[in-house]
Amino acid sequence: MTDPTTTEPRTDTGLSGLEIRGLRVAFDGFTAVDGVDLDVGPGDLRFLIGPNGAGKTTLVDAVTGLVKAEGSVRFGGEDILGRSVHRIARSGIGRTFQTATVFEELTVLQNLDIAAGAGRGTLTMLRRRKGVPESVARALETVGLTDLAGSLAGTLAHGRKQWLEIGMLLVQDVRLLLLDEPVAGMSHDERQATGELLRRISRERTVVVIEHDMDFMRSFARSVSVLHAGKVLSEGTVTEVQADPKVQEVYLGHAATEGTTTGVPRPTAAQEA
Amino acid sequence: MTVILGQMFTGVSIGAVLLLIALGLSLTFGQMNVINMAHGEFIMAGAYTTYVLQKSIAGAGLSLIVALPVAFLVSGALGALLEWLLIRRLYLRPLDTLLVTWGVSLMLQQLARDIFGAPNVQTRAPDVLTGNITVIGGDDPLTFASSRLFILGLAVAAVVALSLTLRLTPLGRRIRAVVQNRDLAEVSGISTGRVDLTAFFIGSGLAGIAGVALTLVGPIGPTMGTNVIIDAFLVIVVGGIGQLKGSVIVAFVLGVLQSVLEYSTTVSVAKVLVLVAIVAFLQWRPQGLYTVRTRSLV
Amino acid sequence: MTTTTPQVPSVKQLRSPKGRLTFLRPAAGFAAAAVALFAVAPLALSDFRLGLLAKYLCTAMVAVGICLAWGRGGLLTLGQGVFFGLGGYAMAMHLKIADAGPGQVPDFMQLYGTATELPWWWRPFANPVFALAATVLLPMAVAAILGSFVFRRRVKGAYFAILSQALAAAFAIWLVGQQATTGGTNGLTDIQGFFGYDLDDPVNQRMVYFVIATVLLLLIALARQLIHSRYGELLVAVRDSEERVRFLGYNPANVKLVAYVVAAGMAGLAGALFVPAVGIISPALIGIVPSIELVIGAAVGGRASLVGAVLGAIAVAWARTALSEEFPAAWTYFQGLLFIVALAFLPGGLASLVGIVRRRRASRAPEGEAA
Repeated sequence: MTDPTTTEPRTDTGLSGLEIRGLRVAFDGFTAVDGVDLDVGPGDLRFLIGPNGAGKTTLVDAVTGLVKAEGSVRFGGEDILGRSVHRIARSGIGRTFQTATVFEELTVLQNLDIAAGAGRGTLTMLRRRKGVPESVARALETVGLTDLAGSLAGTLAHGRKQWLEIGMLLVQDVRLLLLDEPVAGMSHDERQATGELLRRISRERTVVVIEHDMDFMRSFARSVSVLHAGKVLSEGTVTEVQADPKVQEVYLGHAATEGTTTGVPRPTAAQEA
Repeated sequence: MTVILGQMFTGVSIGAVLLLIALGLSLTFGQMNVINMAHGEFIMAGAYTTYVLQKSIAGAGLSLIVALPVAFLVSGALGALLEWLLIRRLYLRPLDTLLVTWGVSLMLQQLARDIFGAPNVQTRAPDVLTGNITVIGGDDPLTFASSRLFILGLAVAAVVALSLTLRLTPLGRRIRAVVQNRDLAEVSGISTGRVDLTAFFIGSGLAGIAGVALTLVGPIGPTMGTNVIIDAFLVIVVGGIGQLKGSVIVAFVLGVLQSVLEYSTTVSVAKVLVLVAIVAFLQWRPQGLYTVRTRSLV
Repeated sequence: MTTTTPQVPSVKQLRSPKGRLTFLRPAAGFAAAAVALFAVAPLALSDFRLGLLAKYLCTAMVAVGICLAWGRGGLLTLGQGVFFGLGGYAMAMHLKIADAGPGQVPDFMQLYGTATELPWWWRPFANPVFALAATVLLPMAVAAILGSFVFRRRVKGAYFAILSQALAAAFAIWLVGQQATTGGTNGLTDIQGFFGYDLDDPVNQRMVYFVIATVLLLLIALARQLIHSRYGELLVAVRDSEERVRFLGYNPANVKLVAYVVAAGMAGLAGALFVPAVGIISPALIGIVPSIELVIGAAVGGRASLVGAVLGAIAVAWARTALSEEFPAAWTYFQGLLFIVALAFLPGGLASLVGIVRRRRASRAPEGEAA
């Protein structure tokens, strides 16, 4: 077990990709994910889009072990499906939630320190934290929360909580980040900053983002998968996906019932939020 | 053979008592997620109501029949008062609710002690409910106590009434709406406050009815609620939160288990073994017998 | 990721704006507590009162564990009486055997007339080392077994509270049922000696008091270390959001288990020391009602604050003795009110009042960092 205070970004293992085959998740007769095949290459910045109920979040839940699923999920050459949540986390997969989940009654620093420490030995755990571990300091800097390190996480503004969550994944040193709507409720500037942060992160790690904000997707996605009714409808670059008639049909059909929403990826739509 | 049948019947009748005392909780705890430790004292209130009525009404049979609705109203009113004064301030704080209502239960017990005295009191069962009913005659007769049969009938009637209320009436629909999505129910124009109050009234009222039934099988005393409350909660936990049919099955299974174990060991060892069985069961099904699978985090 | 060397303020700076003097506060607190317990109390109190204080301090030991498990870990354990009882019975069994003398069985067994020799599960307790170890290890083992079952299957919150309460009920019922070997409702009473010392002698009673006071301070120090360690931070994180902790690669079941087992050990030790201080252990001290009473002290003082929980436990135990002797009815009403007021309207306990005052004073001072 390595001393976490000196954890460096992973260089030895390199980047790992995610390989999903025939994934199925059913809740009491309702099939939320229905035979998904998905490959996310190492170092990709993949966006998962699709209408509500397409199975995006459930897919992430299945990969991270929160819900039971059939099929196979391989990450970095290991089959991880069926492992317990904390074992999957330890194999290098981290996630965030739709509503930012941080430890509200602990400080930003404590939040990050806990995220950094899953491999700590008993003695380290029983001692007091002295100083700021280097990986934590670096993450504070990366997500721009250095000045707020001593504040309670519960007092942070919404966008900053989401950054803290991303920071926690960084110190956790995961190789695959699964982010569930990371820019929801953020201002335009915050979105830009988050997007650039994700870009930087994806140089060293694989990133999968569930997103409804199509402008954000267009600006930052390296590749896109469209989910619809529990299946992968289309996959490719932003341009390819937008040109796909199947995608247009699903989204336009969707748009026709709901009126003009911001979540419609029409090639012509370019309005800023 | 008749021994086995007799034990089975004892078990079923223990189960019926368990079911009656747990039924109100299946509404307040199971549906609304409120842990009301004073529920036992609402049972006690129902029992003392029976006692008071019997002193003022001559016939034991008549007073018992009158006691059922009156105890429902008395305990229901106590429950509604508790909900209105305290519990509604404590939604989303289940553990604090548990301890606060424990405090209420202490005060109600003391109140009972001050009014009726610390020693237990007894009611007289009506004549029809004192004897035995012979099911199999002959050399090796099988008899059922008629009071136990009455309780069984009462439990079944209460379950049917509650389940029909939940399923068919507008009130039942509102309760289920609030349980499933409080915020959505609120914006759909349902007064969640009033629904909570009504549901609590009914749940506590059912405790009162259980109290009436308990007067037929045991003494009435200030601590009678404490003695049954844990068993009642276990029934709900094992049955699965919000699952009426789970509670019904578990009440009878636990009753039979208790009676069989008591027969082969002692009462105290049986209690411990039942608890071990419950912990073991929760290993297998931590959410209880019946659960609704959801994708929510909690 | 950026490679610039970050300028991060040190933890001490982050923790307290007033700088380095803060670490002296706990040390000063310990010194004050030690003076109060070892000098003031023995001088100021009669033998009788000191004996009562010894009893309250045992309650406070349980409260230390409750503060850890409930206050920090969110585990409302309503069954601490079980562990208190296991420790107490382990100690009392040894003392009864010692009182009876070699080859004899304890008085109550002779009274019921059945046993001429010790039951097999009593025999190991004749050994003082075994008995002493058992007072702590037995409760810890029971907590470990139960906890590993319960926490692994994610039984939590109110379910855990109810299960722990059921455990207390079952244990008390079982003890009552085994009259011939446990003394039944009476429990193990009339304990004369404590490892060769006559407990009727006031000097030895004082010694027991000093042992209890010392152990209490040690337990507080241990709990303080745990609370302020990385483990303590993780425990709060588990209380906040167990699921999130799991996604960080920890197993929350183990985190909770440690707090639960430590709390059980503390309760066991408290029970063990209660026996020489009071001379009795019985089912009435460990069932549902006393178990929940152990919680109220911590709740009134402040479940998350060690000082609050300990002082609260002592105060409630004292109030109980003071009021319940003369006005038993009034005490019950008062106790009920305490539960209601402390939990419905002041969930942080009295200790939170200190925080509220301090925050109010701080908000008047100029703010340093908030943006």
